[in-house]
Amino acid sequence: MSVAPMQAEQAARPAAKKRRRRRPDDLGLPTTVLTYSLLIVGSIIFMAPFAWMVVASFKHLDDIFSYPPTWIPHNPTLSNYRDFWDSQNVARWFFNSAFVTLTIVAAQTVLSAMAAYCFAKRTFPFRDGLFLIGLGTMAIPTAVLLVPQYLVLKHIPMFGGNDVLGNGGHGWLDSYWGLIVPNGFNMFSIFMMRQYMRSIPDELIDAAKVDGAGHFRIFAKVVVPLSKPVIAVTAIFAFNFYWNNFQTPLIIISSPDHYTVPLGLALFVASAAHRTSWDLVMAGSVLATLPVLIAFLVFQRYIVRGIALSGLK
Amino acid sequence: MAAITADRPIRRRRRGIRRVLFDVRKEWSAYAMLAPSLILLGIFTLFAVAFSLYLSFHRWDILNPAKPYVGLDNYRELRHDAYFRQAVKNTAYFTLGTVPLSMAFGLAIALLLNQKIHGRAIFRTLFYLPVVTPLVVSGLIWKWVLDGDFGLLNYYIGKIGISPQLWLSNPSLAMPSVIAMSVWANVGFTMLVYLAGLQAIPQEYYEAASVDGAGKWRQFRHVTLPLLAPSSFFICVYLIISSFQVFDQIFVMTNGGPLRATTTVVYYIWQAGFQQFTMGYASAMAYGLFAIIFVFTIVQVVLYNRRTDA
Repeated sequence: MSVAPMQAEQAARPAAKKRRRRRPDDLGLPTTVLTYSLLIVGSIIFMAPFAWMVVASFKHLDDIFSYPPTWIPHNPTLSNYRDFWDSQNVARWFFNSAFVTLTIVAAQTVLSAMAAYCFAKRTFPFRDGLFLIGLGTMAIPTAVLLVPQYLVLKHIPMFGGNDVLGNGGHGWLDSYWGLIVPNGFNMFSIFMMRQYMRSIPDELIDAAKVDGAGHFRIFAKVVVPLSKPVIAVTAIFAFNFYWNNFQTPLIIISSPDHYTVPLGLALFVASAAHRTSWDLVMAGSVLATLPVLIAFLVFQRYIVRGIALSGLK
Repeated sequence: MAAITADRPIRRRRRGIRRVLFDVRKEWSAYAMLAPSLILLGIFTLFAVAFSLYLSFHRWDILNPAKPYVGLDNYRELRHDAYFRQAVKNTAYFTLGTVPLSMAFGLAIALLLNQKIHGRAIFRTLFYLPVVTPLVVSGLIWKWVLDGDFGLLNYYIGKIGISPQLWLSNPSLAMPSVIAMSVWANVGFTMLVYLAGLQAIPQEYYEAASVDGAGKWRQFRHVTLPLLAPSSFFICVYLIISSFQVFDQIFVMTNGGPLRATTTVVYYIWQAGFQQFTMGYASAMAYGLFAIIFVFTIVQVVLYNRRTDA
């Protein structure tokens, strides 16, 4: 109903502000030249490692160590990509990463949104206490959780050869379960969503109640549609974080069939017998970066808004 | 409706436990919606943290079935472990290098981008790209760029007359190199937070300052910096916490070497817990790190509040 005009209004406002800000006093010529040259030199230095990765991934091996380094490959080739893809079960890594990351994002988004709705809009005993406990856990460094989470996953009953008491097998270690389940909860997502949902007018929720909607219905039909921006932001951050995640898979995954992309890539380099085959590694690096790069370029404005949201509170 | 909500707290106080139980039953669906999150929180965070404390009081070698209670022995061992002390020093070195540099460069870029210039969005994207890139990938690229024999960096500094260096295999250069890579990976984030902060500063403040005769530098010193304090605080807390836990780039670039010059606390925890399988000792270290981070965060919050109150 009133959702569309509200969004349109929100979209229109920053644009108007920007136009106003860009107008006044022009920078002097020296300042302008200095600004642009600093920015251009800075971004060239910043992009150089990336550019080198992309360039090297298209180079033949003999070209790759040529001195002085060349920025344009002699007869560029795709063979690095093919060789890397065939050198290991890379397709499997990508499937694992995609499956694990997307499952985590979906689960975390749904669970966090439900929790955030309860914390933001409902009154029930122990609400504030539970919320405070949740906030408190944000202060716990992930390093503290490495060892105990490993042991908890190892002793999940009835999985991975474990008996009812959780002994005898490897539990959720070296499995998708172990990679996914502990990450269904994320206090940061809950907190971001709660802050946003608090601004939803109570009248909308009360109106739905009068129409006979239960809490699950209100959540699905009123709260979630109105919270799309914040849900998008947290989902994108989560996608980025879990796709890149290296430490958890390193600790709990042992069989190559369950490698994720960063783990596979890092171990591919670590296990190289003599010298790193940089041609293949750079091709692999490009492939590993592509999904997050595409996601970033497509959803950039959400990320910018999300940072503004979390940074300024 | 509104009236009922308003006087609920009073009635709850009057009727005590029975009222609470009634509310719990009436609002059961809230608990149902929270249940999955609470269960995961309970098992994988709350229980895990408590379990870790329990572990730290035991000699918990995963390969050894006997796991005796040893009291504070693990913590005592920590105090005499030269490797742990070095790991703490290295972590402090990394943090002291990474955080200020990331903030300074991020602020500088944000200030440049906050002017009326063309292509702001493109520059912003370029500077932010390293943030979204997997640290494993960034670490690998930099490992090659910094390579002593074939690295780009040695070639280009050679052109301006600096002799080539073994960036990652010289113990005194390894940590600065890892810091440089990490600053590169952080700057986009600090830039974006600072940009958001800068855009929230009303233009009128600058106009007022310049009417009072303040030049560019004094405007920056007395308007921009103080008004950016919330952004700086947020970045500072966030970066210190994440720098204390640096792991990925260390694993990929140096493996903690050479001569343990880049072995940070979390890297050492990983070595103790998952290579030597002495999980009790690793837990004790983790709690040591927890204590340090906790103290730092509290100090920052107190300092920040005192400053903003004054």
